[in-house]
Amino acid sequence: MRAVCWAGVDRVAVEDVPDPGLHDGQDMIVRVRQSVTCGSDLHLLAGHVPFMQAGDVLGHEFLGEVVEVGPEVRRHRVGDRVVVCSVISCGRCWYCRQGLYSCCDNGTADAELTERAWGSAPAGCYGYSHAMGGFPGSHAEYARVPFADQGAFTVPEGVSDDRALFASDAAPSGWMGAELGDVRPGDVVAVWGAGAVGQLAARSAMLLGAERVIVIDRHEYRLALAEQHLGVETVNIEHTDVQGELREATGGRGPDVCIEAVGAQAQHSGPQFLYDQLKQQLRISTERPMAVREAIHACRKGGSVFILGLFVGFVDRFPLGAMMNKGLTVRAAQQHGQRYIPMLLERMARDEIRTEYLATHRLPLAEASQGYRMFRERTDDCVRVVLDPHAPG
Amino acid sequence: MALAVSAGGVALGRALGRRDRDGWPTTPDPAGGDPATRWEVVTVNRSRTDLLPAGELPEPLARLRHAVQVRLRPAPGGKGTELAARPRGSDIGLPGLAAHLTGDDPRLVVRAALRATKQLAETGQVLDPGRTPPTWHPSGAPGRTGGGSAAAGDDDRRWR
Repeated sequence: MRAVCWAGVDRVAVEDVPDPGLHDGQDMIVRVRQSVTCGSDLHLLAGHVPFMQAGDVLGHEFLGEVVEVGPEVRRHRVGDRVVVCSVISCGRCWYCRQGLYSCCDNGTADAELTERAWGSAPAGCYGYSHAMGGFPGSHAEYARVPFADQGAFTVPEGVSDDRALFASDAAPSGWMGAELGDVRPGDVVAVWGAGAVGQLAARSAMLLGAERVIVIDRHEYRLALAEQHLGVETVNIEHTDVQGELREATGGRGPDVCIEAVGAQAQHSGPQFLYDQLKQQLRISTERPMAVREAIHACRKGGSVFILGLFVGFVDRFPLGAMMNKGLTVRAAQQHGQRYIPMLLERMARDEIRTEYLATHRLPLAEASQGYRMFRERTDDCVRVVLDPHAPG
Repeated sequence: MALAVSAGGVALGRALGRRDRDGWPTTPDPAGGDPATRWEVVTVNRSRTDLLPAGELPEPLARLRHAVQVRLRPAPGGKGTELAARPRGSDIGLPGLAAHLTGDDPRLVVRAALRATKQLAETGQVLDPGRTPPTWHPSGAPGRTGGGSAAAGDDDRRWR
């Protein structure tokens, strides 16, 4: 079959790879109908995530049709239309039982790598580095789904592919940021990043009762989409001082909850960016954590900061003093999708969550390289590129 | 050697290693810090009786039964059972990093066996990362023929 593979730093290639098959009784095979680019892919492409290997199939946010099931799969049948959680979790270890699915003990086959790097091994993920299990990704004609009963969810009839696709990763990530960030009715919530995850975090905060939501980004077209589709306030970091803007907008307090949905490749034009970029280019650091620093600095005393963006290594100039002296709660996680996806699909069916506008571009697999270039460089008002593995091209 | 020192000045007896009913050390090992004697441990989200249904070590740890010492105890807070193992004897080959780099570290074997034992006990399988050709195709070329169903387990083709 054809698949989009990592071919080295900043290089992707469409290659012929072996068809996936059933390796375990709890596996199933999905014919991928849509697979979408994610901001975290850019970290992989740039070579900032260790343990990538040439030929690794990319993609982790996808939807498709079941074409084959293992003998121990009980919840799915051939022909089911399913959205698959990007995180691979067993559903039965202690962490999964607590709803901490991305901390699953049994979702990766390469636990030793991450035990050494991070102290414990998190769950696996499709199309990520071997640090997250090295599972082949979804930018392919077919994908193997381990622990299929736990990680795949039948899409309700009334929900289109275009909408349900984002229940795989962006929507549960956004919901988790708002819920575990402890958004409460009446809160003022600030979200850094107007990509799909940031916009869905903003929408989730609204659904959880936030009185005001402020989305922060540097791309005017993304902020305009957030205003148009979500009705949120926006701040463009290129045009104004974010800290001053947020203080003024919150009566001098700062937002109650700050959600960071930018990750390690934050872009800015100030001296902090140049400092972080230089360290990254010298391979002294893998991260540019400007949005995390800003969120901690802006947050009100006793408030909450949730880090949704992807980070893999160490950062410096972390504002520990602000965090400690303001009494902040800072949390972070890869998404616990299995905990939220059924609820999110119901909300999608009720039109409470609409995601179609985030899929700004649709391309066949053969054009994945151009798609990633457009996605990375934010050209043509790109938010997300949806790949159709079976489209001619 | 790291000796545990308590405020009551009764540290020595403790440091020599008290053990609970299951033989689990309740105080730091007198050789604490020596990687050769440290236990590898996983917490299995199962009760002791689920983990040892007939009182026998579960697979694949059972295959190492003559080469390892094993301890079990309940994990606090209802987190299941702590399952610990370490190579028997003091001669474990090359030390630390050297053994690791040469792939001659028995602790890695023990650790891998513990992880696999935990996965089998909790999920009924040891997750295959899927980087090699699949062991079984119920319907020939996967995905192309549309074969297989939720009832696929009823057929008599061998699984693995």
